[in-house]
This record gives sequence, C-alpha cells and structure tokens, in this order.
Amino acid sequence: MSEFLQQLLNGVSLGAIYALIALGYTMVYGVLRFINFAHSDVFMVGSFAAFYAAPHLGSGTFLGGLAILTVAMVACALLGVVIERFAYRPLRGRSTLTVLITAIGVSLLLQNVGQKVFGVTPRAFPAVFPARIFHLGSVVLNTNQLVVFAVAVVLLGALHLVVHHTRVGTAMRAVSFNATAASLVGIDNDRIISFTFALGSALAGAGGVLYALNYPSIDPLMGTLPGLKAFVAAVLGGIGNLAGAALGGLVIGLVETFVSGTRLSTYRDAIAFAILIGILLFRPAGLMGRARVEKV
Amino acid sequence: MSVPATAKRRSFLAFLMAASVLAACKPTGGGSATATTGPIVVGEFASLTGSEAAFGQSSHKGTELAFGKLNQAGGVLGRPFQLLTEDNQSKAGESATLVKKFLSRDHVVAVLGEVASGRSLEAGPICQAAGIPMISPSSTNPKVTEVGDAVFRVCFTDPFQGRLLAEFARKTLKVHRVAILSDTASAYSVGLAQFFREPFVAGGGEVAIELKYASRDKDFKAQLTAIKAAGPEGICVPGYYTEVGLIIKQARELGLTIPIFGGDGWEAPQLIEIAGNDALKNTFYSTHFSPIQDSPQVREFVASFQAKYHEVPDAMAALGYDSAVALAEAVKKAGSTEPDKLRAALAATDFVGVTGRTKLNAQRDAPKAAVIITVEDGKFKFLQTIEP
Repeated sequence: MSEFLQQLLNGVSLGAIYALIALGYTMVYGVLRFINFAHSDVFMVGSFAAFYAAPHLGSGTFLGGLAILTVAMVACALLGVVIERFAYRPLRGRSTLTVLITAIGVSLLLQNVGQKVFGVTPRAFPAVFPARIFHLGSVVLNTNQLVVFAVAVVLLGALHLVVHHTRVGTAMRAVSFNATAASLVGIDNDRIISFTFALGSALAGAGGVLYALNYPSIDPLMGTLPGLKAFVAAVLGGIGNLAGAALGGLVIGLVETFVSGTRLSTYRDAIAFAILIGILLFRPAGLMGRARVEKV
Repeated sequence: MSVPATAKRRSFLAFLMAASVLAACKPTGGGSATATTGPIVVGEFASLTGSEAAFGQSSHKGTELAFGKLNQAGGVLGRPFQLLTEDNQSKAGESATLVKKFLSRDHVVAVLGEVASGRSLEAGPICQAAGIPMISPSSTNPKVTEVGDAVFRVCFTDPFQGRLLAEFARKTLKVHRVAILSDTASAYSVGLAQFFREPFVAGGGEVAIELKYASRDKDFKAQLTAIKAAGPEGICVPGYYTEVGLIIKQARELGLTIPIFGGDGWEAPQLIEIAGNDALKNTFYSTHFSPIQDSPQVREFVASFQAKYHEVPDAMAALGYDSAVALAEAVKKAGSTEPDKLRAALAATDFVGVTGRTKLNAQRDAPKAAVIITVEDGKFKFLQTIEP
C-alpha cells in the first residue's frame, strides 16, 4: 500500500511537469493551429536561464527561488516573442506544413546554439528552493515535489483566469475561433499571437526550472524527451484544450511511473505510447477534446 | 542544331563543380598507412562533450600526454606521432562517421577509442573491414574485441568485473539479496548487469528485483520505490555516471540507505557534483587504476599528468595513456606501420603500463587487477585491489 502511495506521488509530480509543458503546446495550437516544436527547447533555455541567474539571486531561499523562477519565465517569454516575430510571423497565412517545418528548424537551431553557448556537458543544477524531506509514514515527500505541484496548480489557475476572464483572453479565444472575423472587429491579431507565445513560453520556462529542480542535471538536449512526452500529453488530453493538457500530463506521468516500477520497466515508453494510440483510436480528438466538423 | 548558350554554360559549370569535388577527395597531407617517412598519424575518437564527456576528456588527456612524451624522446622508428582527435559528443552514430573519415581521408595508421563500449562497437567493424588496428583504452564489454582480429583493448573485460563485484558484494559488503538497476540503452550496462548476476546467484546470492532505465532518463523514483518495496540489502547500478549520480541522489531521498555499487562507468568527478557528498556515503565501484597505487610507473605518470593538467589522473586517463604506449610498442616491434605487421605486433603486446602489466590474451583483451573505490568526504578513496 505504501509503495502504491509513493508511486502515486512520484507519478503526480512527474505528471505536473509534463502538464506545464503541455499547456504551452496546447495554447499555441489553440490559437494558431500548429505545433510549436521549438517549445521543448524554450523549456531547456528556461532551466539554463535559472542556472545562470541562481548565483546572483539568493539561490536556496524561498524568495530567491521565486525570483529565479520569475527571471526564467520572463527570459522564456521574451524568447517566445522573438521566435514568433522572426520565424513564424513572416509565414502567417502559409500552409501549416511550412510553419511546422520552420518550427522543427527553430528547435534544431536552439539545440545547437545551446550546445555552443552552454556547452554540451551536463551541468549540476543548484538547489534554488530550500529542500526538505518529510516522512509521512513510509511515504517520503520532498518539498521540491510540493513546489512543482503548487506552481503547476497556481499557473494553471492563473492561465484559466487570463483566458476566460480578461479582455486579452477573450481576444485570444476570438482569434482562435476565427482570425479573420476577429480582425474585422478590431482585434490586433499579431499582438494577441505574440501574447500567446509569451504566455506559453513562460510556462515552458517554469517547467524547465521545476524539472531541473527535481532532476538536477541539465544539458542543451534535455528538452527533447520531456517535450515529446508533453506533446503526447497535449494530444492525449485533446490538443487545444487547457484542462485536457493538464489531465494528459498527469496520465502520462502516472502511466510512466507505474510501468517503471514493474518488471516491464524496459517497455515504459512503448506502453505509454501504445496507450496514446489506443485512446486516439477510440477518441480521435483526445480525452477532453471535441471533434470538430471541418467545413470544406 | 546549336546548343543554347545558357545550357552550354550550365554544363561547363557542372564540369567545374565535379572537378572541384574530385580534387577535394584527394588525400590532403597525412600520407598513407604504409608510408615509411613523415609522422605516424593516429586517429582518436572520443566523447569530449556530452553525457560521458568526463570519460573522453580524461582518456584524451592520458593519450595526449603519452604521445607528447614519446615525441619528446624522438618518436618511434625516427618518426614522430601525429594525433588527430575527433569528438563524437557522446552520441550514437557519430563514431562511425568519424572513423570512416580517419580511414578514408586521413589514412591513419591506427585508431584509438572509445571508453563507452557501445561506441567502440560502432567503430570496430569499420576498422576491421579496413584491416586498420583499433585499440580501445577502456571499453569493457566482451563483444568489443569479438568484432575481429583488428580490434584490441588494454583493459580487463566485464565478465571479470562482474565476478569481482559479485564477490565484493557477498564477502566485503555482506549482502545476499540485491536489486539490479541497469540501462537498457547501453551495451556496457546490459552486459555488466548480466556478468554480475550470474556469479552472484551461483554463489548463493539472490536478486530480489531487476529493473531497467534508459540513458538520458532523469526520473528514477518509480524504479527506486519498487526496489525499496522489494527490500534488498544492496543495489547494483552498472551504469554511467550522469544517470548513476541522479539514481544515488534519488535513492537517498527515498530513504534507501543501503550500499549502492557499480563498475568503472561511475568514474568521474561529476558523480560527486550531481549526487552530492552525503548521498555518496556507502557507495562503491570497481575500476582499473588508482593514483595512490605504489609503483614506479604510477608515480611517474601521476607526477607528469599533474604537471601538465593540474589535476589527479583517473583510470580513464591511465588507460588512455596505456593505449598510446601499447601502439608505440607495437610499431617499434613491427618495425613498420603496415597494417598486417602492426596487427601481429599488437596481438603480442606485453609491457608494464600505468595500469599494471598489459599482456593481451588470445581474445586481444588485457586481464589485469581491478581496484575498488569508495567516496569519502567528497573525494574518491582507494579501498582494495582485486587480482584477476
């Protein structure tokens, strides 16, 4: 029983990180209908921003940790806006495939520039939040896991508020619904899309810091695998749907954890992806997605 | 009918391009493997960056030091060594490309590399097909030299390392029920896990649970939670230091205080950096060399290494050094750099190196003593020597 509870905890804290990254994928998809494959590398830049900011911002204290988290989120938001401005905006109106391939290009660019700038050798990430370990019976709880969970819940709540209860959020939904109609009623589409990228990339930055906090070895290629899992999570939950992305992240995190803890550990990724295929066979739009009828 | 001028110009351009490509294909410098004058060109492929960078860096420094000394003493056969080094970034697939380049463009006399068995296994068949000898400094998986008679190594192999780890676990650590956590994506880890399990079980030990991870994983809590529930007395982690560091850290966080042990893949200062001092209490690994061993070769090597790089050499550096010395000895003995003669001379390698007497057996492996290292106060500490 205690093993089950411990695995549940492990799975939820891993899933919370996937959920944070998945939210970024899903938001951009919701507005622009394309997968921003560079998202996982923005995630990597987030953890490196925190790595370089940590020595200057009181690493190891709670407030210092929050400051470092903020710096990483702001840095990533800026990066997201720059990527959108120079890589995606010139292609606005072209086919989705063109933008998709550009996104893969941006991803490779970030990875390789990262290898040049940050070095290819894995770095040990500092403990930016004060870490303590609690024993609840035989279940062990690290405060870092709590931080991940708390930050994920807070950011998800904040995102919900922004999207559903602010003017800019209403504009985002309008652009998502029908970009032409939105511009006709006076919405500045470019500004809204920039804002979406800033928000999504900030979430990736937060994900990067939280990931590095729990798994303190960072390198320029670290984004690939969690990025792929988060993408799967977004599709699983129903891409374009915020709550779906969070749910998808949790499902992937839990499945991975429970499979890893059994003799089937070799097949962890195979099983996780088989589940994805299974779910998509029965619910092509994902767990919480609604199937749309494409008008031809 | 006359050909339009643009088409003519285009075909002329095409001809120019083809000619320049052909010109670029011609060997540039370096000479060939059978040259009898000029420098002896040696190609080294190593993981200078990436997840196993510590291995490649150490090994490369040892090799560089050895060739530096050999050249200072006038080289071999009156010819100096010229070392070409290429980085495979610890990535699968890169080594094959680099070695092909060494063979076809640089016409190297011999290839040196790698530490990780998986990457040596990539390069081995290419050298074998070309007949150019390849010497691995520290790949311990037995399959590496099974590729063929052009592949050599100057270190012991995993059947020996696994057996000594099994014996160490039973006799010194006094554990009888262990868990094994190995890396499915690494030939080294899969092999060493098996070579540990067999003698350990044959000797009356019990494997409580055996779980897997994959290179570049960061989260091991799931496996470690299951291991904790199985209640072993020790954990065998035959992986590489980047993942091992995280595994040890997460194991201690989960309250697993039992001994954790593994093989020479642990040897890197990054292990301490990632896992932290406290977590490394009660951890042990086997390797090829310790700088505090007392022999004239070791003393001389440690002193010159420290003078050049201002750090204490580890086993990868010592084996990198010995691999270069083995090559130099063979060239001297063969009296030429012709591949056939060089391979024959290498097969008969027998010299006293930094890591002890290096005498190749029929399988072109070098059985020699191993040492057990533990971590104390943030430093690697020599524990004992185990003879083959």
